Amino acid sequence: MTSSTIPEKRSDTLISDRPIRKSFLSIFLKWEWFLFVLILVVFFINTRLSPFFLNAANLSRTSSDFMEIGLMMLPMVLIIITGNIDLSVASNMGMSASFMGLLHNMGVNIWVAALAGLTLGTLGGVLNGYLVAKVKLPALVVTLGTFAFFRGIAFGFLGDQAARNYPSAFTYFGQGRVFNTLIPFSVVLFSVLAVLFGVVLHRTTIGRYLYTIGNNEQAAKYSGVPVDRIKFLLFIVSGFMSALAGLILAARFGSTRPDNGTGLELAVITAAVLGGLDINGGKGSMYGATLALLLIGLLRFGMGLLNIQSQVQSMVIGLLLIISILIPHIGQQITFTRHIKLRWKTILAILAMVAVFAAFFVFFFWSRAPIIARF
Amino acid sequence: MKNRYLLITLVTLIVLSFVITACGPTAEPAPAPAPVEEEEVAAPAECTNYVLVPKNLGNPYFDTGNTGAQEAAGELGITVLYQGSATADASEQITLLNSLIAQQVCGLAISANDSDALVPTGQAAMDAGIAVVTWDSAIAPAGRDLHINQAELEGIGRVQIEMASRLAGDDGGQIAILSATSTAPNQNAWIEVMEEVLTEAEYANLELVEVVYGDDDDTKSYNEAQALFTKYPDLKVIIAPTTVGIAASARAVTDADLIGQVFVTGLGTPNQMREYVKNGSSPEFALWNPADLAYLSVYAMHALAIGEIEAQAGATFTAGRLGQYTVQDDPDLGLNVLLGMPFVYDGDNIDDFDW
Repeated sequence: MTSSTIPEKRSDTLISDRPIRKSFLSIFLKWEWFLFVLILVVFFINTRLSPFFLNAANLSRTSSDFMEIGLMMLPMVLIIITGNIDLSVASNMGMSASFMGLLHNMGVNIWVAALAGLTLGTLGGVLNGYLVAKVKLPALVVTLGTFAFFRGIAFGFLGDQAARNYPSAFTYFGQGRVFNTLIPFSVVLFSVLAVLFGVVLHRTTIGRYLYTIGNNEQAAKYSGVPVDRIKFLLFIVSGFMSALAGLILAARFGSTRPDNGTGLELAVITAAVLGGLDINGGKGSMYGATLALLLIGLLRFGMGLLNIQSQVQSMVIGLLLIISILIPHIGQQITFTRHIKLRWKTILAILAMVAVFAAFFVFFFWSRAPIIARF
Repeated sequence: MKNRYLLITLVTLIVLSFVITACGPTAEPAPAPAPVEEEEVAAPAECTNYVLVPKNLGNPYFDTGNTGAQEAAGELGITVLYQGSATADASEQITLLNSLIAQQVCGLAISANDSDALVPTGQAAMDAGIAVVTWDSAIAPAGRDLHINQAELEGIGRVQIEMASRLAGDDGGQIAILSATSTAPNQNAWIEVMEEVLTEAEYANLELVEVVYGDDDDTKSYNEAQALFTKYPDLKVIIAPTTVGIAASARAVTDADLIGQVFVTGLGTPNQMREYVKNGSSPEFALWNPADLAYLSVYAMHALAIGEIEAQAGATFTAGRLGQYTVQDDPDLGLNVLLGMPFVYDGDNIDDFDW
């Protein structure tokens, strides 16, 4: 009896910061809540500053601009949680869409071509997965390689040509709206898949395994988690989703060019990391990532309505990203300090964060003033 | 402990954000909501707010265009906002255009990053009652009302081969083309024309050895030019039909001490090329005046928006100092307005220009 209670007590003191008595407020200390509040703030600012923001047609049109990023973000979240990364998603998307475009140009039925595109994208994922999970090469390097490789293949398929004149039944996937409402089809598709991916991550054993792998891959392996098989599967899913995003993009553009979606992988990773994912793995949630995507979308659209220049928009997103990794970092520092008194370092970090945040808003207003004043 | 400080930080940030939000617009008196509302009210009655959309911001070619657009705006008494995406990318441009359509502007003058991908967006703009003209780089005819054509394909392709031929001398020799991206629609069209012109007997002594792509990136273009020197030691002329590529190539020639051996020509702007015209690395180059192009675009866009002209062949309008123009129909280009012939800049006239 006694022997069993003592270690329990010990472990209790060892991780004393873990909220054993979970306070009510601690629920709201999650990054996800911070994102939620930020979304409200952005919504509030946008509504106040632009008469065109709260307009269903406008929001509908702009929301489909972010769905390809969202579709690629879903598997990316799972991959980053395992401590890996897939840099090849946007290139894979270009490759799959270009392959479909090539077949379409050759007169193949569009649905057959789309299926072929999905297959090729999945095969791209198989290549990534094989090299990462079976050959045990680092995911960063492997996908950096396939990032260039897939884009090269995309140019091989279409060169300087474009595929166009897709039938309207196909462009519906990118331009259509569901049942005469204003909701774009791609948004519905993303929502359904987001729930599906969320359930897999948060409600299944596989989901638990992903966190285990991200926290300690060796430990996961020794405790019987099929690490390699899961990683393989993740990259295959990522390949498939990239191809799907490629088809949606082709449908939205009504055409395909091999350079479509260049650079989107960074937008995908930005959304995921802003969502509270730890780039080293083991931490984060699907809610966070989805909220971050929504936040980026609302911010971009809002700043667009205020005619804030694109470079400034990118800077704002970048600042936000830095803040997003700074806050948990400070939290961690305080945890390790385990003293009640604030250390100088901590105070400085908090001050820096407040300064960055203040600069963010000052910049926000400063940047649009001269633009409007000039004309 | 951890929770408390985190909480303090979060609360501080949230409060701060709300405070700043609340103070922001009122602290700076007029700028924030007032002009936007004004535009909204003014829009249906008379059109005054327009947007000039370049392929990307920070490109001197488009910035020069903006000076012409502002000149036209001043003459017409309208406002022309200059708004572009950070990179020359179709998806980014579409996001930007969507936010402009949402603001119910009167007209958009767009230099398209992708002639096909922008068609649905252009249609959405026209459906919203916005006059859509394209300049510099066209959207396919279904996605815009008019294209303001800088020069005929034929003219621009031919003038570059003529210059290359003059620079290569009587004996001719090897020439190479350093283009923008491999998907850039206008560069590709010009290259096609150049290849055709080269088949003429007069240019039989010119041999096109390779077309390389600098992606309108200074460093990449510079490296591609250097690669050409190594690969083709007898190379006589590099034709760069892009403003980024020509300056990078001329710099590469200068740095490699190949002045007098390899000549650079193509499409460039006077301020950017002045140094190279004078040092002999690029004795002559051609271009229309982008300021004139954007000037004409603004006049055309305004004429469409206020209903002075319809988007149909034969419609005529007057564009300030440039005179009268007629909308013409072309099987490939659709409805368009032609600016004029390209202009050749050389050592004798370059100092007359400053842009």
